[in-house]
Amino acid sequence: MTAEGSAGTEGAAGVAGAAGAEAAAGAARPGAAPRELQARFEELIAADERVEPRDWMPEAYRKTLVRQIAQHAHSEIIGMQPEGNWITRAPSLRRKAILLAKVQDEAGHGLYLYAAAETLGVDRADLLDALHTGRQKYSSIFNYPTLTWADIGAIGWLVDGAAIINQIPLQRCSYGPYARAMVRICKEESFHQRQGFELLHDLAHGTPEQHAMAQDALDRWWWPSLMMFGPPDAESAHSAQSMAWRIKRHSNDDLRQRFVDISAPQAEALGLTIPDPDLRWNEERGHYDFGEIDWSEFQEVLAGNGPCNRQRVAQRVRAHEDGEWVRQAALAYAAKQEAKLAAKPAANLSENPSETKEVVAA
Amino acid sequence: MSTGLPLWEVFIRSRRGLSHQHVGSVHASDAEMALRNARDLYTRRGEGVSIWVVPAAQVSASSPDEKEPFFDPAADKTYRHPTFYRIPEGVKNL
Repeated sequence: MTAEGSAGTEGAAGVAGAAGAEAAAGAARPGAAPRELQARFEELIAADERVEPRDWMPEAYRKTLVRQIAQHAHSEIIGMQPEGNWITRAPSLRRKAILLAKVQDEAGHGLYLYAAAETLGVDRADLLDALHTGRQKYSSIFNYPTLTWADIGAIGWLVDGAAIINQIPLQRCSYGPYARAMVRICKEESFHQRQGFELLHDLAHGTPEQHAMAQDALDRWWWPSLMMFGPPDAESAHSAQSMAWRIKRHSNDDLRQRFVDISAPQAEALGLTIPDPDLRWNEERGHYDFGEIDWSEFQEVLAGNGPCNRQRVAQRVRAHEDGEWVRQAALAYAAKQEAKLAAKPAANLSENPSETKEVVAA
Repeated sequence: MSTGLPLWEVFIRSRRGLSHQHVGSVHASDAEMALRNARDLYTRRGEGVSIWVVPAAQVSASSPDEKEPFFDPAADKTYRHPTFYRIPEGVKNL
């Protein structure tokens, strides 16, 4: 977000939206006729400008964004679990430090995204509740287990690789706060993918057992990674409208093809074989052809019947509930401090009232 | 169970010589926790040398609906721009 030059002046608008001061931004305002507001919104989209929190927007646009950003945020924090599973068993201090930093980044990505969602007038606590009660979903890829250390490499290379391809165009999404969060996230994802590739490369060029472990990880993660781009264009429920609103810039199938084209030569460099007998370069198309995806598996996992669905949500709920006393204690402490301050005479007011209050966080 | 941790807007000075810029928000019980959370969230890769946190509820913003009347006074005063003025050809350093 800092990367965007104009973010400074836009800040105030985003702020009020986030604060909920204008939570009902989409509601009818007495000043302007709905048709006029709709026309102004469409003008912005057509001019490829960004929609900002306090702008009028169609209710369906707002809902689509809340659903998509929340699902994206949920995916980031649920995604901490399969990788967190290996932190205590990382094979070296170097790998452990890398994995810790990566899992911390995923938490950060979740928080950037919840913050972006809150500019649309929703509350983070409500979004988390929707995740915990199954009313909102997360990416189905995180319902697969991490059975071996090589899976950590496969997740970095393939899952983060697929996420990057999905996320790069989202940096130009029509909704400003979402686009700015994506700029930040994309910068950080690149480390995620490279550490995974390096990890797999080391294994693939290690002992025969290590090579086999790397191949096994690729065998299990390849097809679920292709499913990350969502159902085929013809069956994608929201695609066309999202593209018209410029929330989305490319179709699911186009992004999936890009992923295959990028990954196939990388697999060769790893010395591993992609588990698809139909995968081959098509000179005429200038792309790789690849085999049929088993969409029934995707539907099953989406319906809650993947290998780890229940475990992932249960662990998230447990972590949230276990943390509740900490949040309550922090709030109680803050209230106590405030009461103490209020009881004191106003003697310690700064001589220069315009000076920023310094809070030492050391 | 809602936690009700207040929302804070975060501003970061990315390096000396630049002003603070809005980067996003955090939830925290008080200013000190907000600063710590903002440090963990927005400066993991040395993105800042100074952080401000402001209670989100304390920010007042202009309304986008008033965009035209509110900013109108600036639109018709082209004489505030140097290009408004005719300068004879050949005059330098002006």
